Amino acid sequence: MTSELTTDDPTDVRELTRERLHEVTVTVNGLPRSATVPPRRLLSDLLRHDLRLTGTHVGCEHGVCGACTVLLDGAPVRSCLTFAVAVDGREITTVEGLAAEDGTLHPVQQAFHDHHGLQCGFCTPGFVMSACGYLAAHPDAEDDGEIRAEMAGNLCRCTGYAGILAAVKQAAAVLRDTGADPRQRHRPDAS
Amino acid sequence: MKPPAFAYHAPPDLDTAVDLLAELGEDGKVLAGGQSLVPMMNLRLATPAALVDISRLGELGDLEVADDAVTLGAGVTSERLRTDDTATAAIPLLRQALDHVAHPVIRNRGTAVGSLVHADPAAELPAVLALLDGSVVLRSRDGTRRVVGSELFLGPLESDVRPEELATEVVFPIPPARTGTAFHELARRHGDYALAGVAVRVGLDADLRIDTARAAFIGVADRPVVIDVGAALAGQHHDALDTADAVGHARARLDPRDDIHATGAYRRHLAGVLLGRALEEAARRAATTDPTTPTAEEAT
Repeated sequence: MTSELTTDDPTDVRELTRERLHEVTVTVNGLPRSATVPPRRLLSDLLRHDLRLTGTHVGCEHGVCGACTVLLDGAPVRSCLTFAVAVDGREITTVEGLAAEDGTLHPVQQAFHDHHGLQCGFCTPGFVMSACGYLAAHPDAEDDGEIRAEMAGNLCRCTGYAGILAAVKQAAAVLRDTGADPRQRHRPDAS
Repeated sequence: MKPPAFAYHAPPDLDTAVDLLAELGEDGKVLAGGQSLVPMMNLRLATPAALVDISRLGELGDLEVADDAVTLGAGVTSERLRTDDTATAAIPLLRQALDHVAHPVIRNRGTAVGSLVHADPAAELPAVLALLDGSVVLRSRDGTRRVVGSELFLGPLESDVRPEELATEVVFPIPPARTGTAFHELARRHGDYALAGVAVRVGLDADLRIDTARAAFIGVADRPVVIDVGAALAGQHHDALDTADAVGHARARLDPRDDIHATGAYRRHLAGVLLGRALEEAARRAATTDPTTPTAEEAT
């Protein structure tokens, strides 16, 4: 990343406030990806526009809906509240990074399928990524109230919460059986 | 919407960071977790010409628990603090408050110090700072200064941090033994800013009767409001509180405004109800909780 820290004349605020382009390199789903972006580029737009990974959805763009949730170094974050330039060098996992290479669904994705945990599907990538981060940190998740509280940062407007709750519980059980890290790409033969 | 254009600086150390802030003046803004600033920029409510990103400054990532205080740097996220068993055992109020802060996914990025200097009148951590007489350390090119408790908060979204200053850490003093705390709030949706909320600390004497009691309210004024309700409770036994006088005393000192979410009268009523519940819970905890060893309830 190139960040201009000083100028020839440090009192020249015009220089310090001039928008510059930055080269950003992040590891996305295990692969290094680079783009040259202005600082205002949100991580959600880096993924969707620059890297053409449109699995990450953008709903409210101010942190309320959770549709844009991705994993940053393994922890779920709002990509619409994160500047791409601020996460240069770090590791991103998107919904494209979950299913196995042969297309077999990740246990969390499969659970959403099994329990009708999605209807229109707009919120689903965010729910799935939130669930992956949550289940990695809390593999023993079983309690309805706790799961609801942990998943409450994602909104579904098709009112599919009962199915989503059931899906998270199933995914937790499957992941406990296989011992797989839900933040990793699914490997069906490994279980 | 998308944020407006700005210049981005990622200084390699604190000295460079405060130099940049000094040179930028009103044009500069500190970026830490960005969970309050970026939404405001996306909504074009904030349009800083330049951001100084402090998230790469490892020296701001310390979280220390000493005998007398919990100290955390400006890089420590709310979720890291909430899940730090040592810090939250020393000051259970931290976790009691942070459980109400937004959602886990937001807390993974948002920082505790950032929330304090953002000074939202409905935010939880400012009440904790005010109630515990915690202090925020502000560093500039000219040196450091310390702002204690409520003095940090000047108005809605306005803290006593000058444009050239960087809030580097917050120090929360550990309350003495036989102190109990509680945090209660009511929000329309889980994780939203509260319609009203209250942080309470109660100190008991050797006979487990109320010695001191203070409350810090959020969402009912342009900044946290600290009210001493000790006189209304003094001498009462911890498990047989009559909180009516304390609630009346507090309500008489609160004058929340009407807004789109609730009337002022409703907020005042709500603040009193929450105060009563929080006092009873805090008094119970004070009787059973040694501040250095959390109860099973608080440890889970």
